[in-house]
Amino acid sequence: MLSLLWLAPTLGVFVTSFRSREAVRTSGWWTVFSPAGAAGVPEYATYCAGCHGDDGKALPAADLSGPDLVARFPRSNRLLAALREEVNGGPHLIDPPLPADANGALAVLAPILEYMGELSGGGGRAAQRALSLRNYVDALVGYRGTQNYLTDCEQRVPSALAKFDCNLSDLLLPEGMGRAVLNTLAVALPSSLLPIFLAALAAYAFAWMEFPGRMWIFAVLVGLQIVPLQMALVPIARLYSDLGMQSTFVGIWLFHTGFGLPYAIYLMRNFLGSLPREIFESVHLDGANHWTAFWRLALPLSIPAISSLGIFQFLWIWNDFLVAKIFLARSPVITVQIANLIDPRGGNWHILTGAAFLSFLVPMAVFFGLQRFFVRGLLAGSVKG
Amino acid sequence: MSVSGVMKQGRVTPWLYVLPCLLVIGLFILYPVVNTIALSLRDRSGSEPASVQCTSDRACWGILENYRYALTAPEMTTALRNNALWLVLMVPATVGTGLAAAVLADRVRYETLVKSIIFMPMAISFIGAGLIWRFVYDLQAGSGRQIGLLNAALDGVGLDPVPWLSTPGLTNLALMVVGLWLWAGFCMTILSAALKALPAEVLEAARVDGATQWQLFRRVMVPMILPTITVVTTTLVIIVLKIFDIVFVMTNGNFATEVIANRMFNLIVTHVGRSTAIAVLLLLLTVPVMIFNVRRFREQEEMR
Repeated sequence: MLSLLWLAPTLGVFVTSFRSREAVRTSGWWTVFSPAGAAGVPEYATYCAGCHGDDGKALPAADLSGPDLVARFPRSNRLLAALREEVNGGPHLIDPPLPADANGALAVLAPILEYMGELSGGGGRAAQRALSLRNYVDALVGYRGTQNYLTDCEQRVPSALAKFDCNLSDLLLPEGMGRAVLNTLAVALPSSLLPIFLAALAAYAFAWMEFPGRMWIFAVLVGLQIVPLQMALVPIARLYSDLGMQSTFVGIWLFHTGFGLPYAIYLMRNFLGSLPREIFESVHLDGANHWTAFWRLALPLSIPAISSLGIFQFLWIWNDFLVAKIFLARSPVITVQIANLIDPRGGNWHILTGAAFLSFLVPMAVFFGLQRFFVRGLLAGSVKG
Repeated sequence: MSVSGVMKQGRVTPWLYVLPCLLVIGLFILYPVVNTIALSLRDRSGSEPASVQCTSDRACWGILENYRYALTAPEMTTALRNNALWLVLMVPATVGTGLAAAVLADRVRYETLVKSIIFMPMAISFIGAGLIWRFVYDLQAGSGRQIGLLNAALDGVGLDPVPWLSTPGLTNLALMVVGLWLWAGFCMTILSAALKALPAEVLEAARVDGATQWQLFRRVMVPMILPTITVVTTTLVIIVLKIFDIVFVMTNGNFATEVIANRMFNLIVTHVGRSTAIAVLLLLLTVPVMIFNVRRFREQEEMR
């Protein structure tokens, strides 16, 4: 039961991502599951059909099946306000009259509006339950208009044509999620692999080589896990901007590497140190030097540790927002792009939810497919917060 | 761990292996720490000492002027208070929920599925989570159909919809619920592992002695996993102290929800001195907790 509660918010976003802008604006996502069939029929029949007819067309001056008329009342409270105004010299005659209290009246008008929507062919139950992949397309290309990308291209709307080429190359537009996915990959892959490689090098030295101060340097490096990354944001940002490196990929790779190293060194050193000494000794007896021992023996044997570490690091960077926002503002990664898409007035949930779900795909895949590694990495890495 | 004579190396070789790490860490961790502390003693552009901000009519801490801001300015006290609220309310609630989930999941048939579901929020980004919950809390002004889950539920039972995300006080709680949703799964996973490691004989013996389920839980299980509960709690404390993404994407600190990390972010471009002072403050708050946590975690590892 708890799990249903847990799932509900995510399910809401998932379902919404398939609906149209109007549907999202006017009805909750759970109505998608409501049974098919006309809503509002009894209310309409009681209050409206007497004068307007069953199909809404009995009074030509107020054709309830006309899409323009229906579009004037996106919400039931507008309809209520309109009905209370003067129409042809008096308030709108309704027999029997609507409930006197506002809430009661609205409760009646809402299904009537739905029915009117169905009559006019644009809204109603059918539209509420319509699902499509249009939002995902919009999110991928970075569409910000009022209809959707596919329709605009079909209808050759000028404002859309100015921004889009209406072919597959649009998937890579800088404002779209398609490009953001590429950016995120471009950030996450090197930023996961580089620290692992560097850490393995150092860990090998700490584990199997003799040099002065070995213990102390190791302790300090690992202890640096403590430093919160907020400490480094300002100085590195200033450094990058002095060097002309702000918003470069190399910049963000190095930053993530820097902060990933202490924990990586700790983990790799523990792992390499636990390998039996004999295998290294025998390789040396065969005439290999340290580099060969490292490259051909230690590294391949460390694959389990490297995978746990790599997956954890990859996911952490994939979901990161703060670092990407500060160091890579001009090539937005997925999280930054989603934040850019947010409309404070709440007008574009349909695209936001699509974009959000695109961002969940990879982590979910990793999570469900590689749960063991993920949990292990998380348990151990949680210590650094 | 000493190295046998067979594996010889030159005196330079080890340094070659360690050097890349030393360089990167030195540049990205050590240098910034020093630089941040230095900058925190400077003014808004970083070029003059902080004391130039002093005016004769107000109290001033001289070179530590930015710290005076960080500790006493109204927006900072709000932020500090909010972090404290998160610590006092969200952490116990999350650990408690995780514990309850761990115990309950143990006794259900679909244990793996339930655990996966509760743990799943950890896989998505905080931005995504914030978005999901913004949608849940959504309020449509002017009564009409509500599209947010919570307000629609209220609407359905005849209550008025609530502006969850724009009421000072309430909004803080709303954000904490999101935090709980995210982190309870984490607590649950670790606590569940600890519970499973409890020796069955002890639990059996207690049952035989006539303990009820509740007594078993309170008097036997909880004390035995207390070290794990401590580790989980301190980890959560560190996370809460640094919390940023959730607040940023849901309210950006408006309606009295700002936390320390948000304040720092907002000041990064406009006031170098203050933003670095806040970063140092964050460091001073989190370091003791982290040291404590690392020590405890190591003890745990050794016990296993």
